[in-house]
Amino acid sequence: MPTNRALILALALVGLANTPAGAEEFTAFVQPIPDSEQDISMVAVTGGSFVMGSPESETGRQDWEGPQHRVTVGDFFIGKYEINWQQYELFVYRDEDSFNSLVDPATLAGLAIDGVTGATSPYVEMSFGMGKEGFPAVNVTHYAALQYARWLSAKTGRFYRLPTEAEWEYACRAGTSTAMSFGSDAADKYAVTTDNSEEKYARTGSRDANPWGIHDMHGNVAEWTMDQFDPAFYATSPGGNPYNRPTELYPRVARGGSWAQPLEHARCAARLPSAANWKERDPQIPKSRWWLTNAPFVGFRLVSPRVQPPAAEIQRYWLEAIEDYGI
Amino acid sequence: MSDDNKKDLSRRQFIEKSSVLAGGALITGGLAGCATGSTNPAASSAVFAGGSETLKLAVIGCGGRGTGAATQAMKADKGIELVAVADAFDDQAAKCVKTLTRIFGNERIKVTPETTFAGFDAFEKAIDMADVVILATPPGFRPEHFEYAVAGNKHVFMEKPLATDAYGVRRVMKAAEQAREKKLNVVVGLQRHYQPSYLEAYKRYQEGAIGEIVSGQVYWNSDGVWVRERQPGQTELEYQMRNWYYFNWLCGDHILEQHIHNIDVANWFIGAAPVGAQGMGGRQVRAGPDHGEIFDHHFVEFTYANGAVISSQCRHQPGCANMVEERFQTTTGSLYTSGSNDATLTTRAGERLYKHSGMFDPSPYQIEHDKLFASIRSGGHIDDTPHGVEATMTAIMGRMATYSGKRVSWDKALASGQRLVPDSKDLDWNGKAPVMPDAEGSYAIPTPGKTRVL
Repeated sequence: MPTNRALILALALVGLANTPAGAEEFTAFVQPIPDSEQDISMVAVTGGSFVMGSPESETGRQDWEGPQHRVTVGDFFIGKYEINWQQYELFVYRDEDSFNSLVDPATLAGLAIDGVTGATSPYVEMSFGMGKEGFPAVNVTHYAALQYARWLSAKTGRFYRLPTEAEWEYACRAGTSTAMSFGSDAADKYAVTTDNSEEKYARTGSRDANPWGIHDMHGNVAEWTMDQFDPAFYATSPGGNPYNRPTELYPRVARGGSWAQPLEHARCAARLPSAANWKERDPQIPKSRWWLTNAPFVGFRLVSPRVQPPAAEIQRYWLEAIEDYGI
Repeated sequence: MSDDNKKDLSRRQFIEKSSVLAGGALITGGLAGCATGSTNPAASSAVFAGGSETLKLAVIGCGGRGTGAATQAMKADKGIELVAVADAFDDQAAKCVKTLTRIFGNERIKVTPETTFAGFDAFEKAIDMADVVILATPPGFRPEHFEYAVAGNKHVFMEKPLATDAYGVRRVMKAAEQAREKKLNVVVGLQRHYQPSYLEAYKRYQEGAIGEIVSGQVYWNSDGVWVRERQPGQTELEYQMRNWYYFNWLCGDHILEQHIHNIDVANWFIGAAPVGAQGMGGRQVRAGPDHGEIFDHHFVEFTYANGAVISSQCRHQPGCANMVEERFQTTTGSLYTSGSNDATLTTRAGERLYKHSGMFDPSPYQIEHDKLFASIRSGGHIDDTPHGVEATMTAIMGRMATYSGKRVSWDKALASGQRLVPDSKDLDWNGKAPVMPDAEGSYAIPTPGKTRVL
């Protein structure tokens, strides 16, 4: 892989800086992306307990959505919207990066960040003609999405990562316990699916927010979570902040359904396992670690825990790239 | 109304006409004595027809694409063993063997250190050992490698483009003629010809669903590709080989190396190569010697004998409205195709006649190899060289138009005496590279109005 975009960040002292004002009050905040005109709106989600998974009676349910089990998650912030192309391409092109622009190295050590590798430029046009300005970034691998979070953490001094499956479902349900967080006949107002997508994704936030003010949890693009997909995980899932740390490249979990799927795939409990054919048309071996070639329906949003964990715990979330030999 | 016979005829005429021209050019070009090898027509195909014999494979050019093509070949047919690899660089060759061994194991990857070849002459040794060869080096070397493979009666998968100059195109045409006589299977990596979305759209277009193409726009507008930093101690030739994309003799510029796919689709659907080109291009985003000598944008109008005009855009400029697709206007409607497995046929009134949504269609890169090996096994004959040659020459003609700023005709372009690529025996790691930087380390950039291309 090209290494010229590799950015080595200095290691130094411990400590956190640049924590957004107001975070202590646990309210929504806007995270500016330094050296750019972009920012990311974050919604505060008060943690709690909920029933994860779907009842056997739910229409469209897969066996792997059960058994239903009670789960508790801590307080966290979650992106109000899916990450869009303008936000993502800052990481791809890194034009604005320089050592001077990084936060205090002390912060980086606090976040256990010792290096971030930039994504390679895509080989073809990765929105597949569906639009860039204000539209969600897609065809991004799980590894790339997490590296983006790591890069953003390095630039801002605040720890960002993908949501765990449990956090994602908790935020999607937003206090409801039905298949969708909205009434059964209001899908067009809240969800972008094959029923109304006209065969492409929509701008982020084009539909109404859920009860906690979060947009596009149902449909538009499926969203990466931190977790390895294991159909049996729920049977033995820990009750507090569960996270099935990946050890294999496939399958990992994307949530929420997409413009390319019918509404039942956009249910709160629906789980989408990733697959090797999401890179079907990558002709190289090993295949790109940064880009999917057949997944214009997969994107991501970020979370940041309210209580920023110690470096050792943060380190647990930075996954290594696994080479993809496409077999 | 499309007419199969008419289109076939025009393609045949092109091949015959071009073959005559190629023969003449080859003689004047001093290549009359080029290797022909043993010529026992059909002998090579017959060996494997219906058989279960092991097919011995060699990979020439061991980068990500060569390794990928080898993977697809091994998947296509369980009776294939990789026996040899060749690359200019020993590290690349070794990496390829390691990767493939990891995937397929020692039972099928029979390459040893003795059959891992490096250097400019490595291709001969590896090709000699194989029944089927994958040619995936930078395209500048393709003519010489293809000639050698055909002379040795090998079946071939070769990546596009097939040459970087007209001289190379003529060599490929001559070798392709021999391959046809010998009934060798030759698949060219213009995978849209194996991609279900394109094939379905083409079928419907051929059936006359929307009349005849009168104009079109084909695009490869993307961010660009990798740059590899110059390393201490590297000779100039090694630096250029590692950064082959940015040197015309090796790559042919991105109008050829990538945009050939879209240009190929125009030729394919229209059923002919263009008769001429004019256009403009330049280099605005790429600056400095780390991007060699090629342009970062080209815009070309290709004109066809039937009056159709195709506008071709290619760009390597990040942050722009990028797209990789083809659009055609026809007498009664329009046609859209893209590499993302999408295809639509629409009437002028806007009624959608066909929509292909093949998000998970099988990989066309895999289909290419499935077809190649099935054909070898059944004694069949696939010959992709006519459209491979046509598309290669069309893109080269486009580059000639943008570099020179002049109108260029097909006949003159194909007959051009300019030669960019030396024979491999004339390349030496410590010798001069075909283009050299000036005292400041910069390379000469083509200047429209001044640069000569014919």
